[in-house]
Amino acid sequence: MSFRKFSRKFFVSLLTIPVFFFIFFPVLWLFSASLSTQVELFTVPPHWIPQHPTFQNYLDIFFPSLAASSVPRTFAIALMNSIKIASAVTIICILIGSLAAYALTRIPFKFNRPIQFGIIATRMIPEVSLVLPLFIIASSLRLINKPIVLILTYMSFALPYAIWLMAAYFQTVPVELEDAARLDGCSRLGILFRVVMPISVPGLVSTAMFVFLLAWDEFFYALIFTSTLTAKTVPVAIAEFVGRYVVNINGMMAGGILAAVPPVLVALIFQRYIVRGMTAGAVKG
Amino acid sequence: MNSIKRRPTLQQQDTRTAWLLLAPSLVVMLGVTLWPVISTFILSFFHVPTGINQVRTFVGFGNYLEMLRDQTFWETIGRTLYFTVVSVGLELILGLAIAQLIHSRPWGWQFLRFSLIIPWAVPTIVNGAMWRWIYSADFGALNGLLMQLGLIKHYIPWLTLPNVAMNLVIVADIWHTMPFVALVLQAALAAIPDDLDEAASVDGANAWQRFWQIRVPLLRPAILVALIVRTVDAFRVFDIVYILTSGGPAYKTMTITYLTYLNSFAFGKQGTGAALSFLISVFTIIMAFVYIKFLYRPEETQ
Repeated sequence: MSFRKFSRKFFVSLLTIPVFFFIFFPVLWLFSASLSTQVELFTVPPHWIPQHPTFQNYLDIFFPSLAASSVPRTFAIALMNSIKIASAVTIICILIGSLAAYALTRIPFKFNRPIQFGIIATRMIPEVSLVLPLFIIASSLRLINKPIVLILTYMSFALPYAIWLMAAYFQTVPVELEDAARLDGCSRLGILFRVVMPISVPGLVSTAMFVFLLAWDEFFYALIFTSTLTAKTVPVAIAEFVGRYVVNINGMMAGGILAAVPPVLVALIFQRYIVRGMTAGAVKG
Repeated sequence: MNSIKRRPTLQQQDTRTAWLLLAPSLVVMLGVTLWPVISTFILSFFHVPTGINQVRTFVGFGNYLEMLRDQTFWETIGRTLYFTVVSVGLELILGLAIAQLIHSRPWGWQFLRFSLIIPWAVPTIVNGAMWRWIYSADFGALNGLLMQLGLIKHYIPWLTLPNVAMNLVIVADIWHTMPFVALVLQAALAAIPDDLDEAASVDGANAWQRFWQIRVPLLRPAILVALIVRTVDAFRVFDIVYILTSGGPAYKTMTITYLTYLNSFAFGKQGTGAALSFLISVFTIIMAFVYIKFLYRPEETQ
């Protein structure tokens, strides 16, 4: 490498430092604070690295029955609720969404195009425009504070997104394969389950990942529809505690880290699908 | 009589299969999207009293007129537009810069691209809570950092400063959403063939010219996608405002979705809330049309 090239690379590399700082400083500080004791957190000037690190805040959430305050107890339950609700939404979306996605990508019929447009437009409708009637009917059916109300309402944004993503994957399956199966006497459903689905497993997995992340992240419906521990999700639990002055602020920080770990891990594992998923249906590569 | 039943043609069979496959999804979407959106629209023409067994009264465009005469509404629109323009603008500039930075292959570029996924994947509410603690007057990292750098002498309650609060919300939002823009643009940059760049280089174009005159025009579709997705999201921002400032201090961070939420669920003015949410939908649908018109071209992708 010539000196000129080397120095150029060196200066370009220097530019990454502020970017890395901006990305990592907030999360690392949050992590470090979650390992601190309350006393140390309030020290001025701050201890960036705790001198007496403790995993107590995390242990409290994992073993809530031993914890002194109600924060970790609430948190442990909310984590379970979030896992249940996000998983249910994901499974339903993949099951019914894949059928719809297949019909839209492969079967030409009169209303194919209008339905596709409808699905794209649906994705754009904000939750706030749907929530009032949903709230009124959920109240009259006594569904408030039941996990089912979140599972159903989350469909409003998760299902069109899942259909859209899976349709993009199904389009990459060669039609010749289907034609061959058809000649062998396979029905449409047979083709879908024996030919298209098995080939599209990576697509289905990454769709599942995106839907799970969306459901895990959702806050607005959860805020409106849940207030008790039977269905409250992690974002609602965090928002509730952050709003008031909580004694156990480090416990909250540990909770925040734990709420971020599943989606971050999932996203890092599936990183090569992410950009594709972000722009699916919009620009196809 | 009719003993010879006509077998349905392949086409008819296919159409029937298509509806069968679509049925579960369509039923769900009719129930949780189409019906509520129409109900909300109808609701916006009624005065809806709080309390059970109260009768709704039809007020025509009353809710809309009341809203349009309200100073708070216009201030909120202005603030929401400020949030949208500044945050999406900065995300685009930073995202493009970082995408180009990764494209220049500095040391650790793969790790940089990997790292960008972290802020994107952190849940919005966790992000909001994290920044609320960073800005905290009692123990926040921002105060700690500025104090140690000698830039401030005592801790400052950042989020209570009327002229600063909105900008701090924007910073928090940028941290969470800029990686999306950067990753999308980086992927688009990587798809541009190298020989274009080399040809321009041979013709004597410098790096700056190559960036603006070759790469940016080719990035146009990707920029448009990022821009529209982000604009739609930013205009209806709610979560991060809720957790960081709850619209305060003194409405200085009140956005249109937050105002709609307050009207519907705190002020007991569901009719006004419905009218407001209809306006948000209109904006979003306009953006959706732009989206479809400019970006959804199934014929070209084959």
